[in-house]
Amino acid sequence: MNPRDQTTQDSGRVEISHQRDQIDGAVKVVLEALTRHGYTESSRFAVRLALEEGLANAFRHGHKGMAAHETVLLEWSVGPADLTLTIEDRGPGFDPAAVPDPTLDANLELPSGRGLMLMKAYMTSVTFNPKGNRVTMKYAKPPAKAGKK
Amino acid sequence: MATEASRLRVKKVGDVTQVEFIDRNILDEANIQLIGEEITSIIEASPRPKLLISFTNVDHLSSAALGTLITVNNRVKQASGQLRLSDIDPQIYEVFVITKLNKLFEIHETAADALKSFK
Repeated sequence: MNPRDQTTQDSGRVEISHQRDQIDGAVKVVLEALTRHGYTESSRFAVRLALEEGLANAFRHGHKGMAAHETVLLEWSVGPADLTLTIEDRGPGFDPAAVPDPTLDANLELPSGRGLMLMKAYMTSVTFNPKGNRVTMKYAKPPAKAGKK
Repeated sequence: MATEASRLRVKKVGDVTQVEFIDRNILDEANIQLIGEEITSIIEASPRPKLLISFTNVDHLSSAALGTLITVNNRVKQASGQLRLSDIDPQIYEVFVITKLNKLFEIHETAADALKSFK
């Protein structure tokens, strides 16, 4: 793809196993698409964080008790104004409403439960399929600030 | 005996143990587990540990890493020690604010400021 072409959609799908090099490779491809479409460093930080947390949740919680070789499906579609990331695991799913709020004083010292809230904080929308094994994250590119490219 | 490569730089500044991360991205679960084990060893080596964790050079941090920091904080408290964090990049500091962990940890702008704060 022409690196200066910011008008077309950049999309793809990949099966990822729970290995750091495969996760890094997928994240790199998505971030390169963001760069091609003129997303800022701040947006890249947000998307990377949400993508890492989504994949970590899929492997750690979605695939809990399952064989280590089971893969997660990542689909992405990056356009000049917004992007969509979908992560689907092969587990039984979960109820996102049942995840306790980690920011409550009573939960502040619990060492887990922050991935989903960070995804929601940094993405424009985060939705799950009814089964709870596929998350769709959408992110709208913020308007450019005056004085910045 | 073979040992895993350390993920930390550790130095003593007076009675404070100052820790920095070797990795710019603290995302890999296996590495995060190693980091937790290394810091736990540091805490257990001192009766009332004074620990400064500097995030200089750290670009990305996962929620699993935050979880390890919370466990470290709990262990330091159990040992009647003191924990300070410093040199946190503004984007990462925002993660602490969103998760309200800025209320749980004592965070200083620089390692020098943090060192002065130990009692």
